[in-house]
Parts: sequence; structure tokens; C-alpha cells
Amino acid sequence: MVSLLRNQKVRNALLQALYVGSLAAMVLACVMIARRNLAEQGITSGFDFLFKSTGWDVNFSLLPATANDPYWWFFLIGIVNTLFLGATGLILATIVGTIVGLARTSSNELAQLLGRTYVDIFRNIPLILQVFFWYAVITHLPTPRAAHEAFGMLLTSRGLYVPVPNVGGIAFAAAILAVIAAIALPLWLGRTSHLGQPFGERVGIQLTAAATALATAAVILALGRLPDLPLLDFPALQGLNLKGGMRIPPEFSALAIAIAIYGGSYIAEIVRGGFKAVGKGQMEAALSLGLSPWRVFTLVRLPLALRAMLPILANQYVWLMKATTMGIAVGFTDFFMIVALTINHSGQTLEAIGILMSGFLAINLSLAAVFNRINKAIALKGNQLRG
Amino acid sequence: MEMVVVAPPAPGRLEDLKRRFFATPLQALLSLISLTIMALIVWKLLDWAVFSAVFTTTGGPEACQAAAGACWSVIAARWRIILFGLYPFEEQWRSALACVSVVIMTVLSCMPAFWTGRRIALVWGAGTGLYYVLMKGGVLGLPYVGEEAWGGLALTLFIFVTTCLIGFPLAICLALLRRSDLPWISRTTGLIIDGVRSLPLISILFMFAVVLPFALPQWLQGDKLYRVILGSALFFSAYQAEIVRGGMQGVPAGQEEAAMALGMSYWQRIGRILLPQAMRNALPATINQFVISFKETSLVVIVGFFEILASGNAAYGTGEWRFAYVEVYAFIAFIYFVFVFSLSRYGAYLERRMAVGER
Repeated sequence: MVSLLRNQKVRNALLQALYVGSLAAMVLACVMIARRNLAEQGITSGFDFLFKSTGWDVNFSLLPATANDPYWWFFLIGIVNTLFLGATGLILATIVGTIVGLARTSSNELAQLLGRTYVDIFRNIPLILQVFFWYAVITHLPTPRAAHEAFGMLLTSRGLYVPVPNVGGIAFAAAILAVIAAIALPLWLGRTSHLGQPFGERVGIQLTAAATALATAAVILALGRLPDLPLLDFPALQGLNLKGGMRIPPEFSALAIAIAIYGGSYIAEIVRGGFKAVGKGQMEAALSLGLSPWRVFTLVRLPLALRAMLPILANQYVWLMKATTMGIAVGFTDFFMIVALTINHSGQTLEAIGILMSGFLAINLSLAAVFNRINKAIALKGNQLRG
Repeated sequence: MEMVVVAPPAPGRLEDLKRRFFATPLQALLSLISLTIMALIVWKLLDWAVFSAVFTTTGGPEACQAAAGACWSVIAARWRIILFGLYPFEEQWRSALACVSVVIMTVLSCMPAFWTGRRIALVWGAGTGLYYVLMKGGVLGLPYVGEEAWGGLALTLFIFVTTCLIGFPLAICLALLRRSDLPWISRTTGLIIDGVRSLPLISILFMFAVVLPFALPQWLQGDKLYRVILGSALFFSAYQAEIVRGGMQGVPAGQEEAAMALGMSYWQRIGRILLPQAMRNALPATINQFVISFKETSLVVIVGFFEILASGNAAYGTGEWRFAYVEVYAFIAFIYFVFVFSLSRYGAYLERRMAVGER
């Protein structure tokens, strides 16, 4: 027995079994105790509860929701809300971050100072404090009767009312797709692999593509328009309430603004780092080849900087996606809040935790997969051995 | 800031300014836009925060609300609840002293003289112990104050300090386990680390605060505060473990092989050869992690703790100061800013200093 313990292989195997075994035993014990405690409260384990109706309501949902809907539908609503908030926040944060990051890398010292001040201030204040702040600002706006008006939008304490086109849902989605195509097509057509064509010809093709896509969008909108209504539905005061337009609830706008500002300060630093990573020689070489400053930027500096910043940007996006869980602080029904409400109302604790973990795992993994794909697509081909 | 530009130019200075800010039309345009934005923000902020602001409490909330600028009276009236929460009024000096002890401890541990494992452990142990005795009382003639009455800045600092104190050794353990030669140990540890990292901190805090009592026997449950600290320490250690592991990978393999050749035992190799060098490599990222986790202590407000953010909400939430939310949030943001900014500046300084050593 003692001689067996002296054997390195046996000892290693024992050590590993002990480590993994004790961890597994701890988890198992926790699950057993939890199941016993829950059973005492009359809660049966299993995923049957997913098909029961919830009996409570959500305050924000892109999908139709009533208190009679089953739990699985509510989880879906939560995931869609999280993705929607995440996507809005990421896009806004990327816009803010790009502007600030470009200001920080510009040759103008005043713009640099402005960018640095922005980053220093907003990076050093916790996100949740900023969420609370914007939520307080929005809920302290005047009541609908005394609403601020700007560009046809109404700013009230009950939310932001924006005009929406009177167009059928499917036609509207199709029009949005066409507009996205109008932005993406020229970019796709302008890839470096098309560099063989003369510059003027390429710009012509790009412009034609964009114009065609935009025209398609306009045609779709005109065809899908609801009869007998004006094209744009403006919000207006009717009695004590606001009619028309679309309401963006204060919870959503507070979170989106806070994520845009806070995330923007981090993305600005990533953008700056990416541009700093581009060697000076590359730009000098491009300039000496006679390229204009704009083409040096779009053909040399930007692609190289993008390659350098993309992996870090992917991490930041995953982080910002997880930050949407702060919705619970102001009562935005994101995925995590639905899970928390489920635990409170149904008591199906273990199942809800399992769903929470797999939900975030799925979100993280799919974001990582998307970014790996992009990373592979834009990586420098051929000379990967430089290491 | 823009003083550089508006200052009366001495001869030769003008040329210099022209070269720096107005060299080309595009540069001039950029300078003008930036200058306008800066001037507008600085002027509006100064006007709001200083010139049109009310500083005294004599007028009461009504006079304050009528003012065009900031109403700093709300801070004058409510600073105690923001900083100390629901801590008994006569004992709040203890809460203040406890905060000071934590700050001193942090400053001391930023000095290179304390950067040996034993000294840093001593400083942090003593600082946290002092904090605990001061806050909790029950000895030395100090009246007892339970954890449920702790709040405000003092609670924020306590959660941060204990998170680091528990999380840091745990992170080193996790990093060592992950680089273990035994495949099952390293794989399982990797699974734990990646699992924790893939979850948002809020969900972990929620699990430890609300769900865990179901899954633990009665005698293990403990106070909610300590459960939440454990959760936050676990989250901190998962991130910090990867930083430490990165630092270990930066140590040349020859170092450990040499130590082995000299006949050093595993713990000697780890404690005297590997860790000191790995920590040096990992220092900038570690400071960054401290900064992040200080900001993230604010999340405990969601599981119902009365830390500085919640006490700020309470400070303006009651009737007469309802309108003064911007001032309260500005005050809290300023407190966070002072802590976080100085820590991150210190991190940047260290990074520069170490870069010099490596050149």
C-alpha cells in the first residue's frame, strides 16, 4: 500500500481523482440540498414549468406578451430584449468610441485633449452609476402635457416618443434590410481585391449600388404603406395621454445612453491602440507612392488598425453584452431579470439558473464565433509565419 | 486648458501657436471646433456648478430649487447619509476612521518598499483588521454595530478590500492549478475559470445572495454580506487568475528548470522563483483589475446593500430634495472618480517605470 503511494503515476491519479471528486461532490451536495429544500416548499423539479403561464407581465417587449404566456415565451422575450439592447448599445458605443478614438489619434492637440478628457471622465465612473443618472434625468423630464419637442420627437418622463412610418411590419423590415444593403454593398464592392479597376470606375459602381438599394427601400416603403394614413405617424397629445408614434421606455433609453457613453470610452482606447499599432513606415511608404491622404487612411491605415484592434474589440463587445444585465437596476426586463423574476415567482431555482448559464454561454459563444469568422476573413493572408 | 490659446501671445509665441493649431485649413477648422466645444462645456459647467450654484443650507430646499445652478445644499444636508449610510449617528467617526485606515493601507501597498509577500500580507491584514474592529465594535469600549447597519462609502470600501483579500490568494491558487501538469486538474480548473468568466457579475452576486441559501446547510449559510463578498471574490479571482497565468507564461522556462536542477522543492520553486517574476510581469494588468473591481463593487446595490450608490439614491429620494438628483450623483461620481482615477494613474506610472527597466 505504502509502496503504491510512492509510485508517481499512482499518486498523480489519486490526486486528480481527489480534486475532481471533491469538487463534484460539493456541487452534488449543493444540488441535493437545494432539491430537498425546494421539495419541502412543494416545488417539483423539472422543466414542466416552462409551459405554465407566468401570471406576471413585462414592461418592455419587442414580441407580443401577456400574463397568460408560458415561461418559455418569456425567456425568449428576455433574450430578444437583451440582444436588442446589446446591439443598440454596441452600435452606439462603437460610433462614440470611433469618434473619440479618432480625436485622440488626430494630429490636432486640442482634439486630443478633448478626447482624453472624455475617456478619463467616463471610464472612471461605474457604469451602474451612469445608468442610474440617466434614468433619473429621463424620469425627471416634464409630464406628457408639458413635453419637450425636438424634430417631431416628444421627450417626456414616460419615455421618448418618436414618429414612426405608417407602414406594414414586413415591408418596414424589408426596407431596413435594403438600407443596410445600401451601406454594406459599396463597402463590399470596394474591397482591396477589386483594386485592379480604375478608381473612378470603382466609385461609380459603388454609387450605383447604393442608389439602387436606397431606391428599392423607397419603393418598398411606398408599396407597404397603410392606406388612408399620413406617411409618418407623429406622436401628439390627446387628452391626458400621448397618442401615435412609438414609445421608447425610459429604462431602455437610460441603459442605451449609459452603455454608449461608458462603452464608448473603452472602445476609444481600443481604437487609439489599433491606430498606434500601425507602423509609421507603412504610412510613409503609402504617401511616397503618391496616394492621397484620404486613400492612405482608407487603404492602409484603417485596414491595418482594424486588424490590430479586432480581437480586443471582440472581448469588449462580450463585456458590454454582459453589462446589459444592469437592466435589473432600473427595471428593464432583459434575460437576467426574467430569470430573477422566474425564481421569485415560480421557485424553479435550479432550472432557472441552468437556463441563465446556458443562455449566456450561447450569447458569448456566438459572439466569439462571429468575431473569429471576421478575424479570419480580414487577417493578412500568406505571411503568417512572421510570428 | 484653453488658456494656452487665449493667453496674450509674446512675440514668437504667435508663430508657435500658428504652427501647432492652424498649420493647414483642416487643422484650423479642427482647432476651432474643439475650442468651441471646450469653451461651451467649461463655461456651462462653471456656471452651473459655481457661479449660479447655492452652497448653503440656510435657504432650505425651496430656495435651492429656485436657483439657476447646482444646489450643493443637498450635499451639505445629506453628506453623512451618503458617506456612512445608516451607521449610528454618534458612532460615525468610527466609520470615517475605518475609511481612512483602508486608504492608508492602499497607499502603503502602492510603495515598492512593501512589495514582498510577507509585508503586503501584513499591511492588508492589519488594515482590514483595524477596519473590522472599528466598524463592528464590541471591544475596547466601542459599542457593537452589526453589519446590517454598515453603509455608504465605508461599505463600498469594505467589500472592495475583502474581495481583493480573498480573491488574490484564490487567484494564485487557480492559476497554479490551471498550469498543473496533471491534465484533469488543469482542465477542471480551466472549466471553473471560464465558466465564471462567461457569466455577468450581477448574476453571480444574485446567486450567492439569493439562491445559495437554498443549496447550503443551515450552519454554512452565514451573513448575506459575506456570501456576496465571496461571490465577488470568486469573480475577481477568475479574471485575476488569467492575469497571473499570463505573467507566469512570461517567465522563461529556464528559470524553473534551473531551480529544479538546484534541487529546490515545488513550493520553493513557486514561492521564490516563479511567483516573484510572474507578479512583476502581471503588475500593470493587476492594477487594472483592481480598478475594474473597485468600480464593480457598486453592483451590490442590486442585491440590496446600502453602499454608496444606494445611500445616494436614498439621500435625494425623500420628499424635499427630490429635484437634486444631479448634484447627488455628481458627488458620488466624484468620489468614485478620485479613487479610480488615482489608482489607474498609478497603474500607468508603474507601467512606464517598468518599461524603463526593460529597455
